Amino acid sequence: MSTNTEEHSVRVEAICDRMAALEGPLLPILHEVQEEFGHIPEGALQTISKKLNLSRAEVHGVASFYHDFREEKAGKHVIKICRAEACQSMGADDLGDHARHRLKVDWAQTTNDEKVTLEAVFCLGLCACAPAAMVDGKVVGRLNKDRINQILDEVAS
Amino acid sequence: MSLIKEVDYGTPAAKSEKTVTLTIDGNDVTVPEGTSVMRASMEAGIQIPKLCASDMVDAFGSCRLCLVEVEGRNGTPSSCTTPAADGMVVKTQTERLKKIRKGVMELYISDHPLDCLTCAANGDCELQDMAGAVGLRDVRYGYDGGNHVKVRDNGEENPRYMAKDETNPYFTYDPSKCIVCSRCVRACEEVQGTFALTIEGRGFESRVSPGMHEDFLDSECVSCGACVQACPTATLQEKSIIEIGQPEHSVVTTCAYCGVGCSFKAEMRGEELVRMVPYKDGKANRGHSCVKGRFAYGYANHKDRILNPMIRESTSDPWQEVSWEEALRYTADKFRAIQAEHGKGAIGGITSSRCTNEETFLVQKLIRAGFGNNNVDTCARVCHSPTGYGLKTTFGTSAGTQDFDSVEHTDVVILIGANPTDGHPVFASRLKKRLREGAKLIVIDPRRIDLVRSPHIEAVAHVALRPGTNVAVLTSLAHVIVTEGLFDEAFVRERCDWDEFQDWAAFVSDPKHSPEAIAEMTGVDPETMRTAARTFATGGNGAIYYGLGVTEHSQGSTTVMAIANLAMATGNLGRPGVGVNPLRGQNNVQGACDMGSFPHELPGYRHIQDSTTRDIFEDIWGVKLDDEPGLRIPNMLDAAVEGTFKGIYIQGEDILQSDPDTKHVAAGLAAMECVVVHDLFLNETANHAHVFLPGSTFLEKDGTFTNAERRINRVRRVMTPLNGFADWEVTQNLARAMGLDWNYTHPSQVMDEIAATTPSFANVDYDLLEREGSVQWPCNDKAPKGTPVMHIDGFVRGKGKFVVTEYVATDERTGPRFPLLLTTGRILTQYNVGAQTRRTENTAWHKEDLLEIHPHDAEQRGVRDGDWIRLASRSGETSLRAKITDRVAPGVVYTTFHHPGTQANVITTDFTDWATNCPEYKVTAVQVSSSNGPSDWQVEYDRQAEQSRRIKPRIDAAE
Repeated sequence: MSTNTEEHSVRVEAICDRMAALEGPLLPILHEVQEEFGHIPEGALQTISKKLNLSRAEVHGVASFYHDFREEKAGKHVIKICRAEACQSMGADDLGDHARHRLKVDWAQTTNDEKVTLEAVFCLGLCACAPAAMVDGKVVGRLNKDRINQILDEVAS
Repeated sequence: MSLIKEVDYGTPAAKSEKTVTLTIDGNDVTVPEGTSVMRASMEAGIQIPKLCASDMVDAFGSCRLCLVEVEGRNGTPSSCTTPAADGMVVKTQTERLKKIRKGVMELYISDHPLDCLTCAANGDCELQDMAGAVGLRDVRYGYDGGNHVKVRDNGEENPRYMAKDETNPYFTYDPSKCIVCSRCVRACEEVQGTFALTIEGRGFESRVSPGMHEDFLDSECVSCGACVQACPTATLQEKSIIEIGQPEHSVVTTCAYCGVGCSFKAEMRGEELVRMVPYKDGKANRGHSCVKGRFAYGYANHKDRILNPMIRESTSDPWQEVSWEEALRYTADKFRAIQAEHGKGAIGGITSSRCTNEETFLVQKLIRAGFGNNNVDTCARVCHSPTGYGLKTTFGTSAGTQDFDSVEHTDVVILIGANPTDGHPVFASRLKKRLREGAKLIVIDPRRIDLVRSPHIEAVAHVALRPGTNVAVLTSLAHVIVTEGLFDEAFVRERCDWDEFQDWAAFVSDPKHSPEAIAEMTGVDPETMRTAARTFATGGNGAIYYGLGVTEHSQGSTTVMAIANLAMATGNLGRPGVGVNPLRGQNNVQGACDMGSFPHELPGYRHIQDSTTRDIFEDIWGVKLDDEPGLRIPNMLDAAVEGTFKGIYIQGEDILQSDPDTKHVAAGLAAMECVVVHDLFLNETANHAHVFLPGSTFLEKDGTFTNAERRINRVRRVMTPLNGFADWEVTQNLARAMGLDWNYTHPSQVMDEIAATTPSFANVDYDLLEREGSVQWPCNDKAPKGTPVMHIDGFVRGKGKFVVTEYVATDERTGPRFPLLLTTGRILTQYNVGAQTRRTENTAWHKEDLLEIHPHDAEQRGVRDGDWIRLASRSGETSLRAKITDRVAPGVVYTTFHHPGTQANVITTDFTDWATNCPEYKVTAVQVSSSNGPSDWQVEYDRQAEQSRRIKPRIDAAE
């Protein structure tokens, strides 16, 4: 084990110790790990499974179900554009293509300068304000090309 | 003969005594409360379409195919998750349901390959059956959109497609055929208890994942096959089915591996075994199995199997293949000549715990009636003879007190000197299920076995004692129970001898037996001891399960009696959920003991000096029996070395590898004039043999095995013996060659003779076994259908006997030259000396024996993981590779004995149990040091073994 993963493992263990007494502790622990590292670092799932006395498979099953748990660090900013039905009908696909083109990335990728990660999301519950997106955890609605450009400018600066 | 199709009721049976009555499609059905509508419907003979439901696992409600309509309720609930209720009116087929089901099926098939004709599951595919059942005629979605079925036709990569995983030697995993019903995941969790599988991802990406998106072989999977059995499609499929095709008939038989005695359907195509499927009506296994029973039968057709009899004058000669007549004549003449020259007692025999009751009975009969002496012994000598002695002394019977179902009612389990997840896996699964329901576990073992802590299981106490201190620990647990007033006085007064109890109570109460006083000697924290004792005495139904870690000690019999004391003192006998349960090692070791394999006992554990019993046999056999007990195995070997014992008939046991102090065994065998080995393979003992009689496998004969719960299970012949004869026929032919008039034409006649002579088997015959499936002895007029739980209203011997168990340390001590303690055990995928499992694909998991050593001890000796090390004791030395692990405590090392190359028993000493001569395998003082490779002994042994295995083919006389 490299010193890096060893250090990670100590920190993950500390999180587990702190939260293991919760009812259904696995999800809160995964959130906390992601909060602390920005992603779920390699080996963290094994550490969690040992700590909670779960199998590797069970922890993997839960973590892989949620797209929000990342295996790698995201860029400094995360843009999630909704691609579900309502937003699609209001032109979300074009917005998505535009964003991908401008950032020179595909879905679920991070720009070379590690500033921006672009992701698709399926419904933010903002159908009435479609097309919608989420930028660094804040939702934005009624997007159009100008507003998306404005957002892209902001995150790129 | 036809293929046995077991009814799948969809959900497990409810256990409630209260019943409810409902109407399903106009039929009134009465079922126990808690039964699902799906099961109730199936019991009325109406099969509701289903995919994700199976009666081996709890209802899940994911496939949306089993929907029904219930009068007065909205919607279309799934019948698997809807409990039946009084007065409910259910319709299983309506226009609305038909439409929904068709739509659901269409979606399933839209993401499933349509290669049905060439699919391995063709003929055994529930998805195909359901498509037929709902009348699916059209699938409107093509494969152009998202799917995980195939690489795209246009050559583009399909990221959702995953290739087959063929890493497991016995089954394949084809993700493209997965319908995500989760049956495999639930089987792994609920039935096996390993939790090795999950559904990873979501949507189109979701599929079965072993471990964390690993190969099956690298994952936590233990290859029990429950997932394969549960899979409704070809996603998880036996490789044998892929290769051969679907079976056409099946026969119910009993596994020939461990003492759990699982029932299987041997599914056949002609005389070819296609697969083994655990039988749901099997009362020991309830439809579950392990990797050995289900998959490891390949040895039956292995090229190493010897199919022709062979003889040789000297063990330095090559073997000469001869006819059966010649081999048997040669043996009979040799044996008679030895007796003429050296006396009647100069020959003897060993019965096999692998063979059937009937075969064992015949071998001891041959020895007692044909050889005219009682020189018969069996491998139980080296495993559970102390169980026989200890339990007979305290309770009056030489067997466990419960059936395996009993564990479902247990609240606290003490597990001592046993490692069920490796040695008795199906019982382990049943135990784990109970533990997950909330029962508590106390593990007494020097090593941190899997049950101490593994997913969803955690022992409340792990008493990691120093090897050899069992008696001290058990007496100390009794000390806590007695001094803290936790014993069951009412039970003891009613069932046991009160005076003996008082003597015993005074003995254990002595402060020198307190956990604090023995802590230094046993290495166990006193608080752990007290927790364990209190939990057991106050936690409800307490059951003790134990294995060879109890018996294979110089105080093995004392430990068994200490266990019996503990069970009696806490009132844990005579009802379901409690008891003293030895986990017997081999398929028929209980039966071999029952059948009179010991030199001092006739069948049914009756002493040879008891003239009434002798009369019974003398009448039927028409001979006078010797009333003096014969020689035990170690005594036979000693006598051979001294020159007074010259010939031996060994059926199905490899004493050279399995018995302690290999060099002494080799010297004993080498000193004999006629060693007859009757076995499947040229085993290690055969290197010293003069006659080899080919044996038959459990698939090639009829008979019965008796498992650890005293259950007599039928073994049924599914193929012609490759060697020409079942083992009972070989023994009969040898008896005839020696002048005995034996005329059995079927093993059922042997069972009739057993029943006629042995009270505990009085009512057993093949008709009864056919009707009942199996019975547990005693089976007689008092218990016509057998006895699941013993000692219900009183002990067999009358009053339960408390025995004072003074701890006497073994003479085997550590010292400066041999500072470590070696203990031995086994591993899941291998079995005993490995003669069978080494000749199967199970070697994928365990290619060689390893020495487990604590990091601290390894570091002191400069040993790294995987290094060759030299393991030396006062008896001998060998070399093997090291595995560094903290499963063993500092000062303790551990290895298995499955591979002849390791020769672990070169190391073990000749110390034995004081009462029964059971060898002390579990404690040997050793030293570990670095090494370059195999020891001189191993190299020389291999050379000699190779030399000894040369075979000259049979030359038929020229015309």
